[in-house]
Amino acid sequence: MNEDQQQKNKRLAGKLSLSAVAMVVFAIVALPALYNLICNITGLDGRTGRIEKEQALATRPDKTRVIKIEFDANVNGDLPWEFKALTRRIEVHPGEVATVSYYAKNLSNRTIVGQAVPYVTPIKVAKYFNKTECFCFSQQKFGPGEDKEMPLRFIVDPDLPKDVNTITLSYTFFDTKQSGVEEDSAKAENATPQ
Amino acid sequence: MSTAHAEHEHHGAPSGLLRWVFTTNHKDIGTLYLWFAFAMLLVGGSFAMVIRLELLQPGMQWVDPNFFNSMTTMHGLIMVFGAIMPAFVGLANWLVPMMIGAPDMALPRMNNWSFWILPFAGTMLLSTMFMEGGGPNFGWTFYAPLSTTYAPASTDFFIFAVHMLGFSSIMGSINIIATIMNMRAPGMTLMKMPLFVWTWLITAFLLIAVMPVLAGAVTMMLTDRNFGTSFFDAAGGGDPVLFQHVFWFFGHPEVYIMILPAFGIVSQIIPTFARKRLFGYSSMVYATASIAFLSFIVWAHHMFTVGMPVAGELFFLYATVLIAVPTGVKVFNWVATMWQGSMTFELPMKWALAFVILFTIGGFSGLMLGIAPVDFQYHDTYFVVAHFHYVLVTGALFSIIAAVYYWLPKWTGHMYSESLGNWHFWTSIVFVNITFFPQHFLGLAGMPRRIPDYNAAFADFNFMSSIGAFGFGLAQLLFLALVIKCIKGGEKATDQVWEGAEGLEWEIPSPAPYHTFAEAPEVK
Ligand code: HEM
Ligand SMILES: [Cu+2]
Repeated sequence: MNEDQQQKNKRLAGKLSLSAVAMVVFAIVALPALYNLICNITGLDGRTGRIEKEQALATRPDKTRVIKIEFDANVNGDLPWEFKALTRRIEVHPGEVATVSYYAKNLSNRTIVGQAVPYVTPIKVAKYFNKTECFCFSQQKFGPGEDKEMPLRFIVDPDLPKDVNTITLSYTFFDTKQSGVEEDSAKAENATPQ
Repeated sequence: MSTAHAEHEHHGAPSGLLRWVFTTNHKDIGTLYLWFAFAMLLVGGSFAMVIRLELLQPGMQWVDPNFFNSMTTMHGLIMVFGAIMPAFVGLANWLVPMMIGAPDMALPRMNNWSFWILPFAGTMLLSTMFMEGGGPNFGWTFYAPLSTTYAPASTDFFIFAVHMLGFSSIMGSINIIATIMNMRAPGMTLMKMPLFVWTWLITAFLLIAVMPVLAGAVTMMLTDRNFGTSFFDAAGGGDPVLFQHVFWFFGHPEVYIMILPAFGIVSQIIPTFARKRLFGYSSMVYATASIAFLSFIVWAHHMFTVGMPVAGELFFLYATVLIAVPTGVKVFNWVATMWQGSMTFELPMKWALAFVILFTIGGFSGLMLGIAPVDFQYHDTYFVVAHFHYVLVTGALFSIIAAVYYWLPKWTGHMYSESLGNWHFWTSIVFVNITFFPQHFLGLAGMPRRIPDYNAAFADFNFMSSIGAFGFGLAQLLFLALVIKCIKGGEKATDQVWEGAEGLEWEIPSPAPYHTFAEAPEVK
């Protein structure tokens, strides 16, 4: 092989290696960001939205429609918590602010920090289901045996597609495997799903 | 180079063991890859024997469930990354320079590296099985959170092994692309290249595009496991479904990485024994390129059941079924090549024909799986297992075996033993179908995959499948015997070897000299 040829080969190899590196960056940085973006826009992963109280109160209820909302609660894996919806089912008008409560109790004798993750079905509803207050906005710290009633305040957007009459909202509590919550609650505010 | 004289003159190979460690010769490295792949085929095959032994009868007989799971995991990983992929790279090393009239690969030193990383990666992967808590047990698809939150400690070594395998593949692909783009003999235009070279060129681009995505996926797993990130952890704001998207964005192109070179091989063999030109050469090239392109937009057909909106299901359904079009073009061209040809059925042709028929069966079951609503029934059952074994065993592996039979006389200078070869072929054909065909029925009847025990209703088909597997496994030892025998001696092969063979590799002597095409040949 002559010098020229070798130079050419090395240059091509260099370019190809760069594209490989670019693909690693794409996989680690772009793919997760893209996924989150798409999920946030479309609600494909069943995530619900979050709006300010003022905005919710300013919405005019649509008294002509009644939507049935069902509430479900689960714990993930072997998280030793009791977790349930105190209200199993309510009926609301779109545009009306409603409040329900969930109940959770730490059955173990150690402090556990949990994070609730919502899922709403049918999936296309996600865009129209907004919360002003939720225990899922931040991590929840429960001491040994501690129990709490936790409010959930939400509003269904009046633009909800006409064919939807029933919405099911499900929460799953995950163990965050952390012992304290204070130190990074600020970070959690941003990172946690709504 | 271990000996001084090899540096100067183009003589034979230097001798001694170190020759293999330091070699930068494409033929040596091709040989190393092929032997490594064969060793891994036996290792991965023995894991399959454990799986089929446990499934021979209903009930738990031989191994505990966790070990069973690590057997299915290891079997898949070793076969994909240890056997099929290295075998294709080995064939590329041997054949690409000879087919395009180049003296060697473009970057011979890097070539040495890309091979020698493999045994270390393979050893590390296998060593996980002897670690505390056992080896990886989450399937070759290593879905989070099984592979993050619930995985054994050895998983970090698995991750490192995958990184190394990725490095090796990417380096190998860079080399192949550089060789094909820069080292062709004068007159060897792109559209004159043999199809094996074409398919490998496209495969190498696929590898460079998706192996880094695999590396990214395992890196995210690593940081989720050890450094407190939560890419795939719902508790921290991540999503396990993201893992599946990332994995299959790699995974689906990966399955085509394992079949495109096979298409190339079969497109070399069939014209030789039909004594006709390949029908539709340029349509073959375009079909290969469009399969490669489409393979990037169908990944979610592995995830129809995760909960996608109907529009998503439909998009991935149509895109998936669309792949059947270029694939159909290929099968059509192979058949048209044979049409009115003067065919003979030497062993490479036998294997190539078995490939065409059986791979097509795998394509049909793929089509069934691609129909989203029916996939809800078939997903994660033995039907999927039957599908991908038809495309990978009777597809990819059969093409590799066909290639070895076809080029072995060129490599060794001897003809193989016809009778041994016939035994190998017929036992393999019979047993492989006994193994995998009943798995379609098991899947349709609802038997889940990756489960060590099953309902007694599935007993008969499982028994058949296990017997077939033992037979198929043993039959491959005949192949080993045949190859060794052929290296040691046998009837002398002519330079052209096969009456109908065309291409540069058939114009050089048999066995192929250590250095070929130091002077570039003239291609008309
Ligand atoms: C006509 C072409 C093909 C179609 C339409 C097709 C379709 C599919 C679909 C829909 C699945 C997912 C099934 C499920 O999990 O429910 C699947 C699985 C699979 N296919 Fe194919 N396929 C095709 C060709 C191939 C080829 C050529 C290969 C490899 C050489 C391949 C390898 C695999 C593998 C390995 C899996 C299983 C992955 C796993 O879950 O472990 N397929 N195929
Ligand atoms: Cu696929």
